[in-house]
Order: sequence, then C-alpha cells, then structure tokens
Amino acid sequence: MTLMRDTDYGTPASNASETVSVTIDGHAVEVPAGTSIMRAAAEVGLPVPKLCATDSLAAFGSCRLCLVEVDGRRGTPASCTTPCEPGMVVHTQTPKLDKLRKGVMELYISDHPLDCLTCPANGDCELQDMAGVVGLRDVRYGYEGKNHLDAPTDDSNPYFSFDESKCIACSRCVRACGEVQGTFALTIQGRGFESKVSPGGNLFMNSECVSCGACVQACPTSTLQEKNVIELGTPTRSVETTCAYCGVGCSFRAEMRGDEVVRMVPSKKGGANEGHSCVKGRFAWGYASHDDRQLEPMIREKITDDWRVVSWDEAIAYAAAGLKKIQDTYGVNSIGGITSSRCTNEEVFVVQKMIRAAFGNNNVDTCARVCHSPTGYGLKQTFGTSAGTQDFKSVAKSDVIMVIGANPTDAHPVFASRMKRRLRQGANLIVVDPRRIDLVKSAHIKADYHLPLQPGTNVAVINALAHTIVTEGLHDQAFIDERCDTESFAEWVDFIKRPENSPDAMSIASGVPAEDIRAAARLFASGKNGAIYYGLGVTEHSQGSTMVMGMANLAMLTGNIGREGVGVNPLRGQNNVQGSCDMGSFPHEFSGYRHVSDDTVRLQFEELWGTALQSEPGLRIPNMLDAALVGEFRGIYVQGEDIAQSDPNTKHVMAALAAMDMVIVQDLFLNETAAFAHVFLPGTSFLEKNGTFTNAERRINRVRPVMAPRTGMHEWEVTCALATAVGYPMHYDHSSQIMDEIAASTPTFKGVSFSRLDAAGSLQWPVTDVEHGGTPIMHKDAFVRGKGRFMETQYVPTMERSNRKFPLLLTTGRILSQYNVGAQTRRTPNIEWHGEDLLEIHESDAQMRGITNGSWVELNSRVGTTVMRATVTDRVPAGVVYTTFHYPTSGANVITTDYSDWATNCPEYKVTAVEVRPTLTEGGLASPADLGLELHEGSARAHAVDTLVRMANQIATHNESESFDNAVEAVYTHLTMFWTPSMKADIIDYASTGAGDISPAVYAALERVTPEHPAFADSAAFAGEDG
Amino acid sequence: MTRVYVPRDSAARSIGADEVAVAILTEAALRGVDVELVRNGSRGMLWAEPLVEVVTDAGRMGYAGITSDKVAELFDAGFLTGGEHSSSLGVVDDMAWLKDQQRVTFARMGITDPVNLDDYQAHGGLRGLRRALELGPEATVEEVLASGLRGRGGAGFPAGIKWRTVMQAQADQKYIACNADEGDSGTFADRMLMEGDPFTLIEGMTIAGVSTGATVGYIYSRSEYPDANNTMREALAVAYERGVLGSDVLGSGKSFDLSLRVGAGAYICGEETAMLDSLEGLRGMVRAKPPIPALEGLFGKPTLVNNVMTLGSVPAILADGSAAYQAYGTERSRGTQIFQIAGNVARGGIVETGFGVSLAELVETYGGGTRTGLPVRAVQVGGPLGAYFPADKLDVSLDYESMIAAGGMVGHGGIVIFDETVDMSLQARFAMEFCSKESCGKCTPCRIGSTRGVETIDKIREGVDRANNLVLLNDLCELMTDGSLCAMGGLTPMPVQSALRHFPEDFQR
Repeated sequence: MTLMRDTDYGTPASNASETVSVTIDGHAVEVPAGTSIMRAAAEVGLPVPKLCATDSLAAFGSCRLCLVEVDGRRGTPASCTTPCEPGMVVHTQTPKLDKLRKGVMELYISDHPLDCLTCPANGDCELQDMAGVVGLRDVRYGYEGKNHLDAPTDDSNPYFSFDESKCIACSRCVRACGEVQGTFALTIQGRGFESKVSPGGNLFMNSECVSCGACVQACPTSTLQEKNVIELGTPTRSVETTCAYCGVGCSFRAEMRGDEVVRMVPSKKGGANEGHSCVKGRFAWGYASHDDRQLEPMIREKITDDWRVVSWDEAIAYAAAGLKKIQDTYGVNSIGGITSSRCTNEEVFVVQKMIRAAFGNNNVDTCARVCHSPTGYGLKQTFGTSAGTQDFKSVAKSDVIMVIGANPTDAHPVFASRMKRRLRQGANLIVVDPRRIDLVKSAHIKADYHLPLQPGTNVAVINALAHTIVTEGLHDQAFIDERCDTESFAEWVDFIKRPENSPDAMSIASGVPAEDIRAAARLFASGKNGAIYYGLGVTEHSQGSTMVMGMANLAMLTGNIGREGVGVNPLRGQNNVQGSCDMGSFPHEFSGYRHVSDDTVRLQFEELWGTALQSEPGLRIPNMLDAALVGEFRGIYVQGEDIAQSDPNTKHVMAALAAMDMVIVQDLFLNETAAFAHVFLPGTSFLEKNGTFTNAERRINRVRPVMAPRTGMHEWEVTCALATAVGYPMHYDHSSQIMDEIAASTPTFKGVSFSRLDAAGSLQWPVTDVEHGGTPIMHKDAFVRGKGRFMETQYVPTMERSNRKFPLLLTTGRILSQYNVGAQTRRTPNIEWHGEDLLEIHESDAQMRGITNGSWVELNSRVGTTVMRATVTDRVPAGVVYTTFHYPTSGANVITTDYSDWATNCPEYKVTAVEVRPTLTEGGLASPADLGLELHEGSARAHAVDTLVRMANQIATHNESESFDNAVEAVYTHLTMFWTPSMKADIIDYASTGAGDISPAVYAALERVTPEHPAFADSAAFAGEDG
Repeated sequence: MTRVYVPRDSAARSIGADEVAVAILTEAALRGVDVELVRNGSRGMLWAEPLVEVVTDAGRMGYAGITSDKVAELFDAGFLTGGEHSSSLGVVDDMAWLKDQQRVTFARMGITDPVNLDDYQAHGGLRGLRRALELGPEATVEEVLASGLRGRGGAGFPAGIKWRTVMQAQADQKYIACNADEGDSGTFADRMLMEGDPFTLIEGMTIAGVSTGATVGYIYSRSEYPDANNTMREALAVAYERGVLGSDVLGSGKSFDLSLRVGAGAYICGEETAMLDSLEGLRGMVRAKPPIPALEGLFGKPTLVNNVMTLGSVPAILADGSAAYQAYGTERSRGTQIFQIAGNVARGGIVETGFGVSLAELVETYGGGTRTGLPVRAVQVGGPLGAYFPADKLDVSLDYESMIAAGGMVGHGGIVIFDETVDMSLQARFAMEFCSKESCGKCTPCRIGSTRGVETIDKIREGVDRANNLVLLNDLCELMTDGSLCAMGGLTPMPVQSALRHFPEDFQR
C-alpha cells in the first residue's frame, strides 16, 4: 500500500441545502450555497494554489496565493474567503494572477531556509509544492535581507519540534489550536515582520498546549514536525486503522517505513474524529515497541518460581492441562475467564466462545463490569438497548449539554473538542461533578451551572432535577404520550413528586443549593435539544444503575430522545468496551445481549458450536474472586486486563489470585496480575491486530495490522489453540471468519462483514442486514423495547460513609496524558506530563492537616493504606479528595472498597471514605508483596457470604420505594437473571441458619426461588410482618 | 463679570494653556476683577494657540499665542474689554481664516464648553436627534442617504447605504462602533471633536443607534489620546444623567447604551475589522471580507462601523436637512470635509470646507506656506498611506473623484507639507518601514513585502543594480496593492509610487 494523502479542499464543506451555479475556468460547477470559490474549484479538479487554507479550518485569507479574478468585479479577491454567488464567472489562471502568485512566493522564499534537501518535510511540504506550482524560478530580493533564519527551535515537547526558522506565519497552527482543539494555547505574537507563532510566550511544554497534534497536522511546512519524521525520514506507506485508547475510537493512518511506524496521522474520513486526535492516539503508541514487551510464552509451576520461556505449543499444553485438572477435581464451574475491552470484537468473541463451549460454563466476565455495566443495565431497562443513543456528531446540534460524572477534556479529548466547538457557538452547559473540571471554565467556555455535588449523590441530584421539571410542568407531555409507557410514567410521576425528591430535600444530601438545581432543571427543560453525556462518575457507584435510569427518565421526560442533538450518551472508557459487551462477555448473556436462559438463542448457539451450553448465568468477576478465596474457583484466563491494579480492594484481588491453581495471563507486558500467573501468553498490540473495535457511538471500526504479530500468533489463534487443547476444537483461517460468525449469530451485527466495513469505512450497529447502512441515532421512531419505560429511582445513600476516623471522601479519575492503569502510557514519553499519581486536596483540608503542595501523604481507608504526593488545589471542594490510578506504585485501588452497584456489581470506585495525613515515608508501594497477603479459609467464606447478603439486601433496598412486593420482585429477578446456582445455594444455606442480616424482601424472594427448601417453612409469616 | 475662554484642547495645553488659565484667574483675583473662565475646545487655529478669547459687546475678541508670562500685559492692555495688544486678532468670528470656512460638523468647535449640555443645546445641539426620533428609522436613514455623506475615515463608502444595510439586517443584537483610533500622522480632527465637542459624536451615534436598531455602541479610541478619552467619559456621564443615553433616549422609549473603549497602541486597530477584533478583546487582526461588518461585525452581529467625522456630521444633516448638507461639495463628493493642515506649515489647523477646494488654497491661503519659509516641495494628502503631490500639482481639487484621478486619495483629510529640503526617497522608505512595523502580520504582501520594500529602496538609494531594483519595487507595489488583505498593505505603495513618479531624481542620487 502506498502513502495516502487526503484531498484538501481548502475550506470546510457548506451544509446548505440550496445550491448555486458558477463557472470556473469555463467549467460549470454547482455547489451548496456558501461554498468558497476555492472549494468549488477543488471539487471539479481545478485546485487553486493555497497555503493558509485547509479544509479543517475556517477560511482565513492571509497567504494571498489563492487570488482569482471574477468577471464584473474589481480586483483579485481571495478564493478562500469569497463564497460562490449565482452566475459568477471565475478565472483561476490568468497572467495577472500568475504574476501576483509568483510575487507572493518570492516573498515567502526570501525569508525561508533553502535547505529543502535536508529538511524533514522534503517531499511533504506545501510551501515546496506551491513554489513549484507557481513556477518560482528566481528570488530577486536575494537572501541577505531581514529574515528569521536564526530563530530558535523549541524541542521541549517530547513528540514534535517547533522550528521557528521555517515558519511562514500562516496561522494554521494557531487556528487549529483554537477552532479544532479548542485549547487556544497558541497565538501570533508581535506585529508586522516580527509576527510569529508563540505558545503564549512560553516553550510548548510550559504552555497550555495539550499536545493533541492539531497544530502539527495543520502546519504546511516543517515548522511543527513530528520528531520521529525528523529522526527517521518521511513515511513510504500507510495503513488506515483505529486507535486503541479510549472509547472515542479515532481513525488514524499509520504511516510506515517498512515495518516501522513513523507516525500516526488522524484520518479525516474517521467518523468518530474527522481528522482530529489527542496526545495519546496521535503520539503515545511507542509502548507497542517498548523493551518491556514480553514476546515469548512463559510458564512456571508456582508463582514464587522464576518464569521459564517455552514454545507456544508447550505453553498452551501446560495451560490446558492445568485447567482440565482443576475441572476434573473441582467440577466444570471451577474455572472461567475475563475478556478484554482492549482486544478486538473477534478476539473477545472467541474467548467467550471458548469459555462457554470449551470450558463448558458461563464464567465469563469483562472489564466493563468495573466501568459501564450499569449503563448496559439501566439503558436496557428504560430504552431496551445497552448502548448510547447518539453518534458523536450529534453534539453539534445540541442546545443544552449536561455533563455528569465525566471529564471529557481529559478522558475523551477528541469528543471534548467537538463539544467545546458547540459550546463556543453558544450552547448552554450544565456540569454535575464534585470537581471543577476544565469544562466548567476554560478558554471561551463557561458552564452556566456547575453543581458540585458530594460524591455518591448523583441520584439525589437527578431526582431533584426531574422533580423540578415535573412540578413546574416543564416536561414534554406530547413526547411522553406518544413514545413512552404511560403507566410507568404515571407511577413514576407519583414517585418523583414526593417531597423527599424535591431540590430542598435533596440539597441536604447532595450539598448543591436547591436554587441551582432548579435553575439547571429549567435550563435543561427549556433547551430545544438537550443532551446528556456521562462517564464513570455516574456508573461507578452503589447506585450506578439507578443513576443511568434517572438520566434516561430525564431524557424521556423532556422529549430528548430519537433525533440529532439529544440523547443519553455514555462516554465509554476503553477502545472496545462497547464491543466486548456486545460480543457476549457477560456471564448471563450471549452476543447481542440475549440471556443464556433464552432457549431459542441458546439452541442456536448449541447448533452453531456443536456442543451443549449452560442455561444458568456464570460468575461475575467479584464473585469469581470470592469463590477463589473459598477454594471453589481455581483457574482463570485473563486476557488484556490487569485486575490486580484496576479492580477495587487490591489486597482482596491479589489474595484471590494467589489462591488459584492456574492463572493464565495474556498481555503485552508482565503486568501486576502476571505476578500471580502460572502461564504468560504474549499478546499483540493494536498495530498487529486484524479485526474491529466498536466505540461509544456503536461505530464498528476496522483495526488493520500494520505489521505481523510480533509474538508469532494472533490472539484469536492462541485462544483457538487453547480451546482445542482443552478438548473443544476451534479453528478459523482468518479473523474475518469470526466476524462472519458474529454476524450469523447476532441480529444487531447481521449486516456486518470486513468487506462491508472496508467499503463503508465504518458502520454503527444495529446493522440489520447487508443492505442496511447502520444506525447513527437510536430510538428514532420507537424505542427498541417499544415504549420508553420510566423507572423509579429511589435515592439510597451508599453504605460507604465518612465519619470521624475517615472524614474525607476520595473519588478517582483519569488524566489527559495517561490511560487507565497506565500499562501503555507509562511506557511512552507521556510520563513527562504526569509522572506519578497525585492526591488533590482542598486548601482548608490540607492546612488543617499540615499538608503542603508536593508533600507526601498517607491515605487510609477502611480497607487499606497507600502513600502519594499531595497537590493543594481548589479544584476539589473541601471534604473531597481526588486521585488518578495510573501508577501501580501509588495503588489507588488498595484503598477502594468492595462496595458496588446494586444491580451490576460495578465497583464503587468513586466514593471511599478516607483520612489523609502527612508522612515521612516517600514513594508508593514497591511491589504487591508489600501488601502482606493473608488468607484464612474461614474468613474468606464469611466474606463471600457477606458479599452475597449485601448484594441481595442492596437490590431490595434500592427497589422498596414503591412497595415491598416490588422489592421482592426485583430481588427475585436478579437472583434468576444474574446469580449462579452455587451463589443462590450459598445464600439459601445462609438464610436457613436464620441469619438476621438478610432483609425480609430477600427472604421472600429466596422462597420464590426454592419454595420447597426447608429454610422457608415459615418465612411467609416472617415476610408478612414487614410486608 | 467677564467671560474668558482658554481652550482645554490638548494642542493648546501642550503649549501652556493650563498655565495661562491659572495665570488669568490669579491675576484677576489680584486685581479684584470678576472673571468667568471657560475652558472651551479649540477653534482649530492651532497656529494661534493658546488662543484667549474675551466676550465683549463687539463679539469674542481673540488674543493669539498667549503664554502665562504675557497675562499681566493683557490685563494691563484692558483685554477684558477688548483692549488692543500685540497679540490681538480682533473679533475671532470675523477673521477670514474662520469666516471663509464652511463649518458644519465643526460648527460649535471652540465656541462652547465641551461638557456643558446646555451650552451644546443653546448652539443647536440635539436638534438632529430630536428630528431623527420624530422621523423614525427609515426616514432618518433616507435623510443620511440623501445627504450624500460618505465615510470620512478614508474609504468614502456612502454612509446611508451602510446604515440601510444594518437597519435591514435581522438580529437579536446590533452594534454601532465608532472608529476613533485616529492613527494617521498629521491628522487630529477626531481628537479635536472628542475634546472640543464630544456631544456631537454622542448625538451622531445615538441617531445611528435609534435608526438602525442598534442598542449598544462603542467608541474605539486610543491610549495616545488621554485628554480626548477623559472628555468623552465626562460627556458620556452627562449624557446618561440627562437622558440622552440609556434605556429611554430623550423620552422616546428607545434604548441606546454607549461606552468608550481604549486601544493599546496598534495602528492597525484603526482598520475597521481589526478594530472589531480588538473590541472583542482579541489581538487586532484584519478580517477577510465578506462577510461585511454591517452583516457580521462585532461578536458576529450586524455592526455599523463609521469614523468620528462621519458620525459627527450626522447631527447637522438631521438638524438642517439633507438638502442643506448636499449643497456643499462637488458632483459625487457632497458635504464638507474637515481638512487638517500639518507638517512644515506656517498656519496649521482645521479647515472645514466643502469638497472641491484646491490643495493649493489649503496649503497657501490657509496654511500660509511653510513654517521654514522655504518653498513647498511636496504635500502628502490622506495620511501616511496617501500620495505625495509636487508643488506644481497643487491645483488638484480635493474631492474623492479628482483625487483618485490624480493618483491619490482624500483619506481622512490630513495634509502634511514638506519644504524643499525633503528627500522623497526617504519618505518612500518611511512608508514601507511604517508598514513593516504596523502591519497586523496576517497577509504576506504586507507582512514580508513591506520589509523587502525598505530593503529594495535602500538598494536603489545606494545605487545597487538600480534599474532592476526599480522594476522589482514596482512589481512589489503592484503585488501589495492588488494582493493585500486590507488597505494598510494595499495603500502603502501609494506614497511610494507617487514619490517615484513625481520625484524620480530623489531615487537617482
């Protein structure tokens, strides 16, 4: 494949529906009204010379190369800034224009180093191209005049250099920084001949630059140039692929020299990013060739042994033997696996297939458990599908944007740039977040309302917003009548109108002034198009699912579903977390979110896969870990996930891993979990994969290999080999065959294939057949479930409370330059921006404790202790502290608790009661061993049962607002839908001991599960007392 | 009680007017005489400043070039009753220098107390606004259109058409932006109006506001004009207090808010679109047109951008009708122009007269030739970007069309006179140098071309490859004229090429 270059039409496309006809150099051209002469000419293949124009930026008119002549008009207008008008007769090539253009180029070149042959942009330079196009042969001014050739080069950014001597002051970088990225870090400094580009008078690294690369992308010369290109030379071929960082799913062209990546260039054709990028996707891919990559399989008998490098065959045989031995001894359900949201749909699909078909159980879960499982649950309950409703483009039509528990400028920067563009155009903004995130106030952006709620009180605020809208009659009754289940609405209205849901009542819990809640509610309800965007600040709570349903209620209430500019939009964390969920990674669901107990679906898979499948749900990750500690779960296959760092209560996770007989880790690096592994299977980076990722807007993007697997095997091949070795032969010739199997078995993917994706660029599911073009906006005419269902969302405070011993609430998040557990970004120069996790603490809390900026602090919660440095700031309110979890040494999850979402067990990362005190101990945890693992069979069993009781009780508590029967129904549904037979048996056993900590509703539900069980002989009477 | 006038104009103050005022009050107190001292604006006879005027039965008697040490003499000479003194000018209004002018926009200039609204009204002020409120928007705009008023900032675009465009534009907010960033060398009319008769500008802008539907106006002035800014602020406060500005303009129910913004010292911010950027709080950079500011101007909203002189001419047009204004001037250059005579000149100052006056009349009759007494060699008309005229071409008529035909422009009406010692190649070089320093840096011809222009002129002056460099200089001028984004780069060649055309010998030394 050769090097691809996008056509640059010079100015953005016009969206006008009416057209105008003009004549350009004798050619009749019809274009949408508002199209520039430049673009119209380019569209018919008559490119006008240009330097300051590029179609990602508004016309600027500074270079004066693109001058044209128009019949009947005086002068020589710039074609970039002059729109086509009906009947215009334009000439782009005349002797007069030739002379002017040559004159302009003569000026440019009189102030430019004549080092083309040794310039990094040689052959990839618009200035060079234009000198050729205008036929410049002589610079009559000579080269002795005033110039900028001695201007310094700013090499401070690790990824690109800024060589001022080559700058032609076209302002493309300045405009890209503002218009595309929305950071406004760059400016033109000085006047006249002294005008120059400057990052606010600083070096790039000391400026507000976020290193998104938009300026580098926009630069027509070598002024802003990737250091890799300077070092390696210009690329020779390119491959279109998809970024492997966040859930935005940006399309990139990997530009290569042989098998070496020179640079990643954001693709204008990318549906998610349309030519934009962030520091991670654009620059931080060097981890793929980092020395830490483990490229050969390894095994060991005990986790205290040294690793032994072995062949693939030996590693797979060893792993299979270990798994089989466990199943032989402890039963079919004693092993399981975890799929990865970093892997392709195809890789995920075969892993869950292996677990269901080869392992013969449903003990498969995925990291979405710990991030967006409540999204799947909540949106399925209300709308009928487990995904966001909009495409990213939709935000350009929003009038009021509500951002809840998300920090898009750090975690989803490319989408944030789209959002900021809309906000600069005047859309209103409501931010619901304990922290003052950048969106609250940054360059040309200011939130109309920031509701800085206490962590854990999302539901209080969403209920108060809905209460205000209902009691003030601001809801969209017509939409509700037409599109929603009116019975559920009537019940919900009774609930939401209760005084306990009023802003006055909820302001006590949330700490947000009632007036601000009311004002925000009115603003949201009054906007023509209101859109909700949210992140893990919504889901990672004990009421995560309730909150998702609360937002869905709010969207339906205000009629904000089913068209552009509206919707409920999860900003998903990982590149393929949507896809991994779609692919059947949950223990209770096959691909396409179909329950394992559904006989029709199961039968279809049994026929397809030629083996019997279990009809009961398998274990969720936390239950796997609990079961491991009691010795019932002894073998696990973990693909591309580091649960020892990312999952809450690290000590508990590590103890569980240490208790297993066979831990198989497949990853790029020997991660924290690998410390507990017996088999290490090397994984492939996204640059080696061939498959698809599905982003947060349900967009299925192709991931194309730019090089062969450095490990010698594709991950799906490894999975197939393991399945085969375990006794279930699995084979595909090519990953496209896996997608064909997905399409054949999953209705929402029915029309998807590699060839269609290659032709269309991308498709957004549902793609219901091979003719169907995909679904950018969901629920357009009707909800997937038919009528939208309002769900009662009782505010139940978390059990994790601050008290005198733990007076502060810790919440966690992500920072721009780092990604999740940092396995990738920590192995890139991104560490120059963020070299360690820091604890943000409010000035008053810091002062009270004698903590100063940069000092080491000890962070204690009920479950653990860690040490990190403090940043004193007013970004967090008093009483709240914040940190990131990118570094294993700071071990933020050592202190997070076992509490989790009542419906999905998504951990409550966002609320941990802590105390912070200064310490003399420097540095974080040296190794997992620091944690001092302890394991007692007795306490482990008690812990496992405690967890089950808490899960069951929590379901009851969160559903008892309507009635006792309702709570019983909810517990019963969850037990049958999500609990494994052994979990049910355990809690029933425990209930039979007459334990008083099981709530009456749970008792009643357990009785419905197994009415014949002796434990429930007289439970009806017991339930009746409270019922 | 005798009323004595001492100007508060900064030109007068710069040569001791404040000291004169103090001396008069001190001397009066010493002598036990009752004197009412009024700080008026300047009459525009800058050659006569500090000009002290005394109200007598015969009229306002003038005493020119008074310094504080001459004050006692004046008292001795009985100036309070019009007594003769070596500085006597007689009755000021009877002086030919003033009487022969056609003062319309500057009718009150130097006569009134600039910040006294009663004085303003006593001299015809607010008649125009009252009539505009009676006429209503359409008829007011028609009146401006019919007057033939053209933009006095330099471009000469028919003001009425611009007003009508803004009036007809549909938007939730429209603005009036007055360009008071008077940066041209040798020009001072805007400053004098703001210092000497600020209510005229306020009235003109209010008329523009109520007739185009713009409810907010800004005066974009410059930090180099502290006196004008202070006077403007004082007058704005009075106008608000007296209900000329605010939510109910003269009881009409119409709203117009007006405030002053002060630039930070960039010449380019006098270019209308750069001025809008600056008003928005941005770095002043020229915007490409279209869109025109009348449709998408300040903060993207329809904006009427006019110069101080344009807006300052409107009250008179409304007060006395378009026909009266139309009566002045020539063919398509109607009304009066406020010429500012400066440079090497015997009698510098303001001459307001109908278009069509000859350059010679301004230079010789009003200016009285050079201050050095040497023969006039060149006259630059229209600011630093205007053309130079040689002594034998001063018969040119000062109107838009004749000036363009003669290779020049009226510009903002600044006239700078040079005697025979001037080296015109250095003047040409200065034009390029000025541009290289003051260009906004956006477009290539202006940003790089001006510097190359300086260098090429230097080579020509030094005799380096002169013939080819003259060709190159001409090519560059053509490129800057046709290729620049705005008038700054586009007009810089005008002084250069006029110098080359009329004074070729200065480039061949």
